[in-house]
Amino acid sequence: MRNTDILIIGGGPAGLAAAVGAYEAGARDILILDREERLGGILKQCIHNGFGLHTFQEELTGPEYAERFIRQVEALSIPYETETMVLDVSPDKVVTCVSRTRGLEHIKAKAVILCMGCRERPRGSLGTPGERCPGVYTAGTAQKFTNLEGMMPGKEVVILGSGDIGLIMARRMTFLGAKVHACVELMPYSSGLKRNIVQCLDDFNIPLLLSHTVVDIRGREHLEGVTVAEVGPDLKPIPGTEKDFPCDTLLLSVGLIPENELSEMAGVKIAPSTSGAVVDEQLQTSVPGIFSAGNVLHVHDLVDFVSEEAKKAGANAWRYVQDQLPQGGRKVPVEMGFGVGGIVPQFVSEKAEGTVSFMFRPRNVYRNARVIVEMNGKEILSKRTMILAPGEMVNLSLPAQKLQGLDKADSILIRIEVPQA
Amino acid sequence: MNEVYDVIVVGGGVVGCGTARELMRHTARVLLLEKTNDICNGQSKANTAIIHGGYDAMPGTLKAKFNVLGNAMFDRLHEELDVPVEWNTSLVVSFSLEDHPALEKLLEQGIQNGVRGELRIIDEAELRRREPNVGSEAKEALLVGAGGIVCPYELTVAYAENAAENGAEFRRNAEVTEVKKLDNGRWQVVSTAGTFETRAVVNAAGTYADVLNNMVSARKVHIRPRRGEYYILDKKYKDVFHATMFQLPTKMGKGILVAPTVDGTVLVGPTAEDIDDKEDKRTTAEGLEKALRGASRTWEHIPTRGFITTFSGLRATGDTGDFILGEAEDAPLFFNCCAIESPGLSSAPAIAQWTAERVAERLDLQPNPAFDPIRKAIPKFREMSDEARAAAIAADPDFGKIVCRCETVTEAEIRESIRRPVGARDVDGVKRRTRAGMGRCQAGFCTPRTVEILAEELGISPLEVTKFGGDSRLLQGYLFEEGKDHA
Repeated sequence: MRNTDILIIGGGPAGLAAAVGAYEAGARDILILDREERLGGILKQCIHNGFGLHTFQEELTGPEYAERFIRQVEALSIPYETETMVLDVSPDKVVTCVSRTRGLEHIKAKAVILCMGCRERPRGSLGTPGERCPGVYTAGTAQKFTNLEGMMPGKEVVILGSGDIGLIMARRMTFLGAKVHACVELMPYSSGLKRNIVQCLDDFNIPLLLSHTVVDIRGREHLEGVTVAEVGPDLKPIPGTEKDFPCDTLLLSVGLIPENELSEMAGVKIAPSTSGAVVDEQLQTSVPGIFSAGNVLHVHDLVDFVSEEAKKAGANAWRYVQDQLPQGGRKVPVEMGFGVGGIVPQFVSEKAEGTVSFMFRPRNVYRNARVIVEMNGKEILSKRTMILAPGEMVNLSLPAQKLQGLDKADSILIRIEVPQA
Repeated sequence: MNEVYDVIVVGGGVVGCGTARELMRHTARVLLLEKTNDICNGQSKANTAIIHGGYDAMPGTLKAKFNVLGNAMFDRLHEELDVPVEWNTSLVVSFSLEDHPALEKLLEQGIQNGVRGELRIIDEAELRRREPNVGSEAKEALLVGAGGIVCPYELTVAYAENAAENGAEFRRNAEVTEVKKLDNGRWQVVSTAGTFETRAVVNAAGTYADVLNNMVSARKVHIRPRRGEYYILDKKYKDVFHATMFQLPTKMGKGILVAPTVDGTVLVGPTAEDIDDKEDKRTTAEGLEKALRGASRTWEHIPTRGFITTFSGLRATGDTGDFILGEAEDAPLFFNCCAIESPGLSSAPAIAQWTAERVAERLDLQPNPAFDPIRKAIPKFREMSDEARAAAIAADPDFGKIVCRCETVTEAEIRESIRRPVGARDVDGVKRRTRAGMGRCQAGFCTPRTVEILAEELGISPLEVTKFGGDSRLLQGYLFEEGKDHA
């Protein structure tokens, strides 16, 4: 059996940054495993710009952003193996993987960093009725066809859901000569970034139909059209509002699901609100020595924050290997109050050192609201915001001095307070 | 000059492929004609995947007889054809003690039909001990030890492969448009893949079996499709129920099933709706809602986030209430397998065997000493031990390349599914033979690679690759001129 100090599963933005983070902290025996032919993960097919504004203070395309990290990994001589699929991770950190060239292998690691990313919710999970004809794709599958394979799924497009990939694909398909008839969103707000709504829909006069959904998919041998209806406050279609859209392509951008099948095999506890691992402020999961970062932990809006988070996980994994990470001790739960969803981390160690950062997703659109952090019922942070929306993750940093008395705290509560009308 | 066959089987579902295979036990020239791009494309791919015990059909009917006979054949099929079969038992759950007489009647019927194995009514305590997650209103149940589950695609494909290996010919995209008696006493079968002459015809045309019968017989048959809609849940929920959970039919309806599958997913359905269009395989908001509401008596709070897809299937429901089997009275050597609705899958092995025997008898076919009943399944990487996996990759490196992440399907399996006799020729065909694309991401990740492999293996452009034949192409064109050169 091979051995390594730190094994990273996934060579996308999270895995690459985790490797760099571990190296910079002092680790030298690191191995990245990736199932695809080349490193870079989903960034390979994200050929639009807008990546790296935080990390590099410039606007890069997805492949360019990935390339920066790949070059770093190569410059640091961090080994990686591509076309290698991990099939199992055991709680004692033995990783089973297969590849064409090396066959089946077991690798024993001192620490594992889970960086497997996420997948798109398929049509079937929505229960949208109608025919099961070709022409219905998740936005990411269509993106792979157009951007990596150079092939066009269709010319007349409707997009269901307004996640960022859907918005990006609305613009991409328009550039490629398709007509995008509408972007249909069930909720009264978009789940995508504001800048993408402006740059990908508004700039091309593509209507965003909020509080609408697809209620029928038509076409025996190939998609011929969809029926769109308005939904009421209960999110159920309102009879009589149906409208037909002829189209040959329906792209779905209805949510991303962290790919935690391996995490669960390792016995890692999963949080219902993120569908990712339950972690502490070190990004360590419920299994000692197994860390999680990036979209497998919780779905991010910006790759810059994925990199930042993963670097931290990498550094902490090295501290764990060296026995420098405080283990044991009480973990203080982080509770989600009004308006707060998908909090990460879910626990803070009572011995937490330095700045602790929290990320969460607002449950709705809130204007002029305050984000409040309380410890033992006492307000320790209050931050005024112009607008909060589910499409934009909130990033909060709590310096050490704000967390004084943590060792005596029962919980930390994060909530949103909206102004009284 | 027409080609002459001993038998032409019309329809590539489980009954047609099964009959073709059973016919090969005799020395005969057999041709199977399938209307669509692949075998196993109708009822046989869209059903509840159950081996019924045989208590449900009225005593004395063909349904009762063939269900019980067919049920007893699955162990041998498992042995010979390497098809997954599990005897997980069936439970027919009653939700009111007032319905006890109805449960007694089913038990009585089962005994009369000759259902093998354990058959008894269990009380609430035993029911809950066996199935702790059963709904709170559940009161008692009929336990059917002979209830099982099977993979219907693998069974159909296995029958076809074994038939082909023993010499049967298959033509797909061969829709039969005319059947008539020639002066020489043989049948002429006109299809979109050519015209053929044959001594005997087996009608296994599913929902179209009436059309075929009515071409040659004055005894008209009428088949009206009865659509059933289903949800499929992720294999994460495979241990919620162990048995196939039926609901006792009451005046409120036949009940909705919660049915574990041999692949670990869970089916919820089917509804029952008579429709006129034999191609109408839509799911509807009302149907799906009905399935969910009905099943929630068995499984309260069904986790809707566990749904991975929905589908509908058409039952070939005849107007006699029973199967229509055997040689048509006014059309000698034209053999019907008509109106094979539930328990059709369970009965299929017996129907296939019985029909083949009748045909052989009438044509005086001789036993085929070279017949080999054994078919090996495509090795399933997901079910192998680590040692077997290592050996498989050493023998064929394509086993080291996982194409479908959700179901752990390798490139080697996908290539083999295309190369086999009666192999896959479209994306859905690969899916039925390997499970690639059947998992929780529903082919989001593997579709582009599956399309590439199909194009390579079939020697066609990726643009010509279809989901299920006909005009169901996945891609509409290349973006760049140079793209064409790579194809």
